[in-house]
Amino acid sequence: MIIDWGFLLGRLSLDALPDNIVTMLGALGGVFGVLFIVGLLTITRRWGWLWKTWITSLDPKKIGVMYLAVSGIMLLRGLADAVMMRVQQALFATNGAGPIDADMFQQVFSAHGTIMIFFVAMGIIFGLINLVVPLQIGARDVAFPLLNSISFWLFFAGMALMNVSLAVGEFSTAGWLAYPPLSGLEYSPGTGVDYWIWALQVAGIGSLLSGVNFLVTIFTMRRKGMTPMKMPIFVWSVIGSMLLVVFAFPILTATLGMLTLDRTIDTHFFTSDLGGNPMMYVNLIWAWGHPEVYILVLPAFGVFSEIVPVFSRKRLFGYTSMVWAIMAITVLSFTVWLHHFFTMGAGANVNAFFGIMTMVIAIPTGVKVFNWLFTMFRGRISFKTPMLWFMGFITTFTIGGVTGVLLAVPGIDFQVHNSLFLVAHFHNMIIGGVVFGAFAALAYWWPKLTGFRLHEGLGVAAFWSWLVGFVLAFGPLYILGLMGAARRLDHYDASLGWQGLFIVAGVGVMIILLGVFFQVLQLAYSIWKRDELRVGTDPWDGRTLEWSTSTPIAEYNFATLDTVKQRDAFWAMKSSHGHEAVSKFNDIRVPKNSGFGPGIAAVVFVGAFAVIWYMWWLAAVALVVTIVLAICAGMREDIERTITAEQVAATEKKLWRTRQV
Amino acid sequence: MSVQEEALEEKRLLSKTSIGFWLYLMTDCLLFATLFATFAVLRDATAGGPAGRDIYEMPLVLAETLILLTSSFACGLALIAMTQKNIRQVLIALGVTFILGATFLFIEVSEFVKLIGEGYGPQASAFLSAFFTLVGTHGLHVFIGLLWLTILAYAIWRRGITGKLTRQVTLFGLFWHFLDLIWIFVFTVVYLMGVVK
Repeated sequence: MIIDWGFLLGRLSLDALPDNIVTMLGALGGVFGVLFIVGLLTITRRWGWLWKTWITSLDPKKIGVMYLAVSGIMLLRGLADAVMMRVQQALFATNGAGPIDADMFQQVFSAHGTIMIFFVAMGIIFGLINLVVPLQIGARDVAFPLLNSISFWLFFAGMALMNVSLAVGEFSTAGWLAYPPLSGLEYSPGTGVDYWIWALQVAGIGSLLSGVNFLVTIFTMRRKGMTPMKMPIFVWSVIGSMLLVVFAFPILTATLGMLTLDRTIDTHFFTSDLGGNPMMYVNLIWAWGHPEVYILVLPAFGVFSEIVPVFSRKRLFGYTSMVWAIMAITVLSFTVWLHHFFTMGAGANVNAFFGIMTMVIAIPTGVKVFNWLFTMFRGRISFKTPMLWFMGFITTFTIGGVTGVLLAVPGIDFQVHNSLFLVAHFHNMIIGGVVFGAFAALAYWWPKLTGFRLHEGLGVAAFWSWLVGFVLAFGPLYILGLMGAARRLDHYDASLGWQGLFIVAGVGVMIILLGVFFQVLQLAYSIWKRDELRVGTDPWDGRTLEWSTSTPIAEYNFATLDTVKQRDAFWAMKSSHGHEAVSKFNDIRVPKNSGFGPGIAAVVFVGAFAVIWYMWWLAAVALVVTIVLAICAGMREDIERTITAEQVAATEKKLWRTRQV
Repeated sequence: MSVQEEALEEKRLLSKTSIGFWLYLMTDCLLFATLFATFAVLRDATAGGPAGRDIYEMPLVLAETLILLTSSFACGLALIAMTQKNIRQVLIALGVTFILGATFLFIEVSEFVKLIGEGYGPQASAFLSAFFTLVGTHGLHVFIGLLWLTILAYAIWRRGITGKLTRQVTLFGLFWHFLDLIWIFVFTVVYLMGVVK
């Protein structure tokens, strides 16, 4: 009897390797990058160190750093995609002779959107939350340390799936939200959409678990005395953001699940035959997608609400209204999703409702803008890099907000929907809001984590390159959009006269690249010259609890847990009694390392890869192993170890001595 | 740790895990809400195939409902026995919960098999896709619940009633009641509203 072993590999064959020169270079770059790191780790015998201090660590600070590192690398890949699109549109789009063909171009813009939202912006947000929230609420850990590690590694597995598509198979050509019926099996029979689905599904479940984890952390683990209205605003913004994660991500999970069923077992949710309804997908994906925008931007608002008071040397203006604004945005963000497709034809009344709600949501955002401005009013402002990023944010974000209100008018939206006007608008919000917020946060909290600050001059250079580049890259897009240029064009007719503006936009992207170059240089230079840049525990004269502990921060965050008496707790401590030396310590319990996070994520990665390539036997094995691992993780005993009071005392003595440099 | 400290630690852990689990249940609720919305939109998209009233076997569905509700009652008895540290009663109550849950699942699966055999599988129309996915997702949750229940019962049999297991059984109780609640909605929205019109 002859058995056909072909089922072992599903639809995977040698054809899956890249045949396009651009993809091939990207894939080779990725493979060599990974091989280089593996080689380096092997030669320097660092595998054990990596496993013990990073991969299996349940310390939220380390998990946060890993999130940021992954997001940083993905930012570079997303940027490379952006540069490819701009080069194509500026130089080759009128004669159709560029190095990128139409299919490739579609993969590039789909990958750019997916990477930037899921593996850059989300990663940065979760990285920051991991680093800052436990410190700001004065806690020693998160509520569920192992779950936190599992979340990160699922994020990592999603990222890995996304990037494997470069070397094995192809990526989706259906845009970053993969509207059916284009993303259905009939029009996208390849593996691209499946890669997209599973990268998002895996990373999305990680995000969902993180959302639950951080809500419980904030609800139950705040320092004694820190009542809700005494929490730092960043923590409030994280509550808003994580509530949105908890309420929106299940919709994504279910929607992706239904698309998966359509593509694998031939159901008819979103097909154009047998009663399927593609517009329902569009509704569902935006019922998740619009809150997602606020999931990203609320923490960025929180970052700026921390930075502005510190660099203005005043307390935050309108704390209570800030809290209410965050909560109002959280609720309202679920009432506007239809503005992404006014042209669906839902009728004038429906469009009017969603148009008005969209304008309403601009009000709490406006409240926040004025609160920041009034905080600066008559403050002693120092224009350090974090503050510069804030100034850049407030201008670009306001322009984005104004164009957003324009787009909220259904009549206008009918004219400019799906045009470059829209593309310019949302880049204004996401680059101006989330990305500038992330860079401000990096400059602001870097010295707390490392003990040295980032080089100021290079930071300023990076800021101005980004700001000028941003205006040049996206200003022309507004004009092009009004001239009728649709998004996602890989070619256009020369007689339209668009090329000049596209060239300006291309120059803008190059200037942004210069900014990124300065940032990489800044990181490298600052690490090299770290002894010259060394600072104490509280370099900015901070107001919140994270600045009260030692630098570098001990594994347990805080040796003693002083009661919080008022808002801006550390500021109050400094002004009332200075910093007292503490001599009496207690035992502290911290979670033991665990390999379950990376283990479960690795198996999930294999399972998702198997489903993408129809290797059903492997998918079944992975499913069973995942369940077994999850059960074992749930049944673990002896999960904590104790740091004795003597060890704490010794660590504290050492850490606080380093501070005196 | 002193006894008092230990009790305090136990209380703290229980509140943390149960808040977390409630939040998880909220997310699951949203997942079902999405599937319910989908079902409501696609209810009449039968594409010339059967509508709900043509295929539902209402007596069986009523039996399923009663069985699942009774299993929740048994689960509640297990929780009471847990607080009284009565291992035998806990195991018996969990056993009854398991048998009733498994019966529910058996009826559901045999209904599915019958429908698919008649050519009314999830591929036949958008309505059937939505029906199978919504009811099937609930069934999948029941299956996961049965798996969890088995592991808990085994652990209690081996280790006795520990603080950790008490917490887990409490969470399982929440999960099982939650599935009841979802089923009430399935019973109303999918079945009753399907045959009434």
